[in-house]
Amino acid sequence: MTKGAVREAVEGYVWISPWIVGFVAFVLGPTVASFALAFTSYPGIGPANFIGLENYVRIFTYDDLFYGSVWKTFYYALASVPLGLAGSMFAALLLNQPLRLRVLFRTLFYLPSLTPTVALTILWLWILQPQMGLVNHLLRMVGIEGPGWFGTRTWAIPSLILMGLWAGIGGGRMIIFLAALQGVPEELYEAAEIDGANPVHKFLHVTFPMVSPAFLFSMIMGVIGALNVFQTAFIATEGGPARATWFLALHIYFNAFRYLRFGYASALAWIFLAIVLTLTILQMQWSGRWVYYETEMG
Amino acid sequence: MTGLGVTVRRYLATALLYTVIIVLAVGFMLPYVFALSSSLKTHAEIHLFPPRWLPSRFRWENYLEVFVQVPFGRFIRNTIVVVLLAGIGEIVSSAVVAYGFARIRFPGRDFMFILVLSTMMLPWVVTIIPTFIMFKYLRWLDTYKPLIVPGYFGVPYFVFLLRQFFATIPRALDEAATIDGASRLRTFVTIILPLSKPALATVAIFAALGKWNEFMGPLIYLNTEEKFTVALGLRLFQRTASAGGKPVDQLLMAASIITTAPAILLFFTMQQYFVQGIVMTGIKG
Repeated sequence: MTKGAVREAVEGYVWISPWIVGFVAFVLGPTVASFALAFTSYPGIGPANFIGLENYVRIFTYDDLFYGSVWKTFYYALASVPLGLAGSMFAALLLNQPLRLRVLFRTLFYLPSLTPTVALTILWLWILQPQMGLVNHLLRMVGIEGPGWFGTRTWAIPSLILMGLWAGIGGGRMIIFLAALQGVPEELYEAAEIDGANPVHKFLHVTFPMVSPAFLFSMIMGVIGALNVFQTAFIATEGGPARATWFLALHIYFNAFRYLRFGYASALAWIFLAIVLTLTILQMQWSGRWVYYETEMG
Repeated sequence: MTGLGVTVRRYLATALLYTVIIVLAVGFMLPYVFALSSSLKTHAEIHLFPPRWLPSRFRWENYLEVFVQVPFGRFIRNTIVVVLLAGIGEIVSSAVVAYGFARIRFPGRDFMFILVLSTMMLPWVVTIIPTFIMFKYLRWLDTYKPLIVPGYFGVPYFVFLLRQFFATIPRALDEAATIDGASRLRTFVTIILPLSKPALATVAIFAALGKWNEFMGPLIYLNTEEKFTVALGLRLFQRTASAGGKPVDQLLMAASIITTAPAILLFFTMQQYFVQGIVMTGIKG
């Protein structure tokens, strides 16, 4: 390295040093500490006692709530992510048509995503109130007696999903899809039309491949977001009724901050991390089959 | 005849398109309308069955009543303090770090930038426990420091957004300044930052909204009611209302709308920056 290059390298590290310090203090350090804590029993005061793999053994053998919480988290993610992605794509396709008042419609679709989570949840507890709520009122108008939503074990998770779709379909994901759709060259559609393609063919063979990188990005972020589901379930029902919305993130939160089992909760957190990583890697590998990258995106 | 058929079909397609869009738009807006209407009713009226669309009289005084029932004004003041103090740190530190990644060559730069991006995907449950214990030992619990200080070390999402933006600024501009003998800091302050106003505005909006909405941090770190932020205060109001059996559903709706309004206002005044920022997020090279 020349003297100038060394100087530049030093300068570079000086400029990014705030991030390096923050990364060590708030990410790397805590991650290592969490890994270590998982092998201890630690109530938050006094020394942490090393207990080897006992936390992990207990999670897989004694913990009555663990498997249920994993299953409920998967259920939530498996239902909410595809519906959310399809909904946002559908909304973006609609808004990408030649429309009058397009900006107004885009704004109306987008506004729900701005609702702060606590307000969103309180709002939807009321919207889905069985007697006085909006949704059951509308259902009654068409002759359907709506369910008890958040108050019932069967409908609590669907209630969260519905709420998430209202807030999520027109949000950032839709804007990203819309931008991607606007980047598809018009010539491709013209070429497809000459070949006699119908709208479905055009979507499957032109539109979707062209926006697939944006779709993959949204899918991966969506799955991570869905697995992290915590705030809405915590505010709406604190994991209830009868633990119907006791997701893995709630299981970890309650073990740590209610029962003060910091070691045990750390072990749960590492299982959580393993699940998130596995699912992310699987999606990346699977994406090779359907994501289309233009050569050199610049 | 076929020409007419095509015209009719096209006309029907347009009608269908508008119908679907309008139905969706109404669906997205109805919950807000219902909440707004509920917030203006009396408690007796809100519990009428079947529900009425409009209150008999618009009780705007409900919005004042919120501030009487809970110290909402204080929560708002607290949140503004956190938004300002954290926001400044997040913007400044993220811009500095982003400049380092965008303009300076150093070994390990690409690897470290990937690390920045990966930390965005790390689930909060992994780091929250040791971080909480660390803040406890620093005696930072029940203060705003855990909500503010970490922002001064660069926020990965903002570093990413700003780096992408800085990279679009022609290098010729800062090279010209360097030839004139300007230091990096000077180039950064006098050339890069002024050219990046739109990106900085986007980051400022996202930072402000993020802190205004933040729930997890305040939930874990704040205990004293007087220190609560808006999000936590709203949650407190919801819990005390349901526990005390007080007739306040209409006030809860009013409080939720008060909490949501600043975000919507910010959106309407800064719309183009929102869209720009989100679009930049989606375009990953």
